[in-house]
Amino acid sequence: MSGLQIDKLSMRFDLPNGSSVQALKDVSIDLKAGELLSVLGPSGCGKTTLLNIVAGFLAPTEGKITLNGHTVKGPDAERGMVFQQGALFEWMSVRENVGFGPSMKGMPKAEKAEIVDHLLDVVGLQDFKEKAVYELSGGMQQRVALARCLANEPDVILMDEPLGALDALTREKMQGLVLKLWKETGKTIILITHSVEEALLLGERLIVMAPRPGRIHTEYRLPFAEMGVGQDLREVKKHPKFAETREEILAMIWDMEEEIMGRTEDA
Amino acid sequence: MDLFADLWGELWAVLTTLFAAAPYIIGYILIILLMMVIWSGIKRLLTPKHDYSSLKTVTFGDESAVTSNTVASIVSVVLIFVLWGAFTGSKLLPGFMHAPGPFLGDASFDYTITTPAGESDTATVSVVVHPTGEEVDAPDVAEGDGIAKNDAVAIPVYRSELLRVDRNDEMGRDEETFITAVDGQEIAPGGSVDVAFGRVAMSDKGTLNIIPSTGMQMEPIWLPSPEAVWSRLGEIATVGYRNSTLAEHLGYSLFRVIVGFVLGALVGIPLGYAMGLSNWFRGWFDPIVEFMRPVPPLALIPLVIIWAGIGEVGKIILLFLAALWIMAIAARSGVSGVRISKVHAAYSLGASKWQIMRHVIIPNSLPEIFTGARVAMGVCWGTVVAAELVAAEKGAGMMIMVASKFQSTDIVLMGIILIGIIGFSIDMLMRQAEKWLVPWKGKG
Repeated sequence: MSGLQIDKLSMRFDLPNGSSVQALKDVSIDLKAGELLSVLGPSGCGKTTLLNIVAGFLAPTEGKITLNGHTVKGPDAERGMVFQQGALFEWMSVRENVGFGPSMKGMPKAEKAEIVDHLLDVVGLQDFKEKAVYELSGGMQQRVALARCLANEPDVILMDEPLGALDALTREKMQGLVLKLWKETGKTIILITHSVEEALLLGERLIVMAPRPGRIHTEYRLPFAEMGVGQDLREVKKHPKFAETREEILAMIWDMEEEIMGRTEDA
Repeated sequence: MDLFADLWGELWAVLTTLFAAAPYIIGYILIILLMMVIWSGIKRLLTPKHDYSSLKTVTFGDESAVTSNTVASIVSVVLIFVLWGAFTGSKLLPGFMHAPGPFLGDASFDYTITTPAGESDTATVSVVVHPTGEEVDAPDVAEGDGIAKNDAVAIPVYRSELLRVDRNDEMGRDEETFITAVDGQEIAPGGSVDVAFGRVAMSDKGTLNIIPSTGMQMEPIWLPSPEAVWSRLGEIATVGYRNSTLAEHLGYSLFRVIVGFVLGALVGIPLGYAMGLSNWFRGWFDPIVEFMRPVPPLALIPLVIIWAGIGEVGKIILLFLAALWIMAIAARSGVSGVRISKVHAAYSLGASKWQIMRHVIIPNSLPEIFTGARVAMGVCWGTVVAAELVAAEKGAGMMIMVASKFQSTDIVLMGIILIGIIGFSIDMLMRQAEKWLVPWKGKG
């Protein structure tokens, strides 16, 4: 059985004061190999918790995750992760960062160099190979992070707001790059984002989560990612269906936010 | 309550001293401001430039507009040496820059005695003030006539002399005959009279105290001139002091610091890592480290001397202890400072625990460890000097301590300057090493 199955996942955190928080409740997602899923939701809906469980950094209270037929027990090279920022190793050059995964596996130098060169070409950083990562701009750093993740040939790529810290123009360029890489490599990707547009543009499937407890609210299947591959993303955004879906989701999230605000005011 | 009264008295003494020093402090500030005005005038003449920073209208409060002015630094250091030279009569400075020196050479004053019968007579006292260390006899003078006879005295510079000028007179204090005037000015027991070369005071019993003027220069036993310190440096570098050359003294001090520091780092860094990575080790060593950290290493000197004596072992144990806690705390905070996303990233790239230690935790903690090492080296250098002050066979601190017991102020000054230079150089070297070895510091 291939693909990623998230099966009735529940997560409860016990707080020091004796109470507990239900971060996730009965979340189930069935992801086929090569699908790109984006996850949206207001803050506190458990998006990042979900991703950390899939990555294996957290163990769920209930439920389980199956990847290609085996249960996920902890972090592993088969599930690569791209963080928002600050997860590159600043004591290594761009080349060493990208080659980190292969180095850990003890891959021969020549083979590793080939992979690193190829990926730096793909993300357009060949000229910055020997630079220190802190000399690069934010957008370039995220391209290094993508290349580092791809160098390890993971089955699933988990992205935790990878473009969240970038300015609007760089962000748009990077969205194109993510789509391109997804199409070229055929990886299964879960992308967490705050931006409704980004979720619509990149997500072949889209899940809107609701908070307290974190759960799946609505699920969509979208045509925009396919449309956007190799195209001008701004053209995709002009599509009437795009605007319509965006407004629908925004209204949904606004309702959730208002509900939270109301509840906190009551309390 | 007595304690408070005593402390209040001490505080008052401090405040009085400060108040007495106030004119000098104000004078120094005026020199600084004067130099600033002069330099800004010169600079305006030299370079009418309009670069980005000279076009800034807001500079007051703009931290980036404030840089250390090199000219000010140079003038400040030169001024220290000029003041030092001026107040010690240094040969390196032209004479007109010297502060008024002590009186040297021949002088005289008259004194007048009055007999119970109302007769009075005047005699002359010849005074020779000669440099310290020279053997000079009082000049031969004719006694002259009258009741009072002439006297002569030789006084070393900066000293004063109690002289019974009436001892050779025909009528003295046993005959109820007393000195009533000096240089024509009336004088009484406890009083004093200003004369051309200084001051003549009278003791309660009526003896004259001849006090030649000491000027405003410092006596060499309080503050030797720069060239005296320099020539003493040459002498000690070649001949040595207390059976060891200067290189030996400094070499021993540095040896103790380096061995103590390296041992402290070798134990402290793994200890810090253990505390940063394991709850059990953190719990075990937290009370020890947190207690030992605020104990100044100097407070351990007596115990170390009792346990290990004053030899090298004792010194190195002390410096080991001085470096150990600093290095342990630096390594611990280096480990705790690692961003969890870096560790997570490494795990999901397939790294094992050992690989994460080797490729993530250690490099990530190096900047902190270097900062700790700089602090530890500074503390070790201070501690070794203090330990040598207390008891040592050789070393920079021992050298200045022994010299101070013999009032060899030139050696003390030289030692302090060398200790400062070495401490400064150590810090500079550590900074340079930091730049080479951990260029990613503060860039994460």
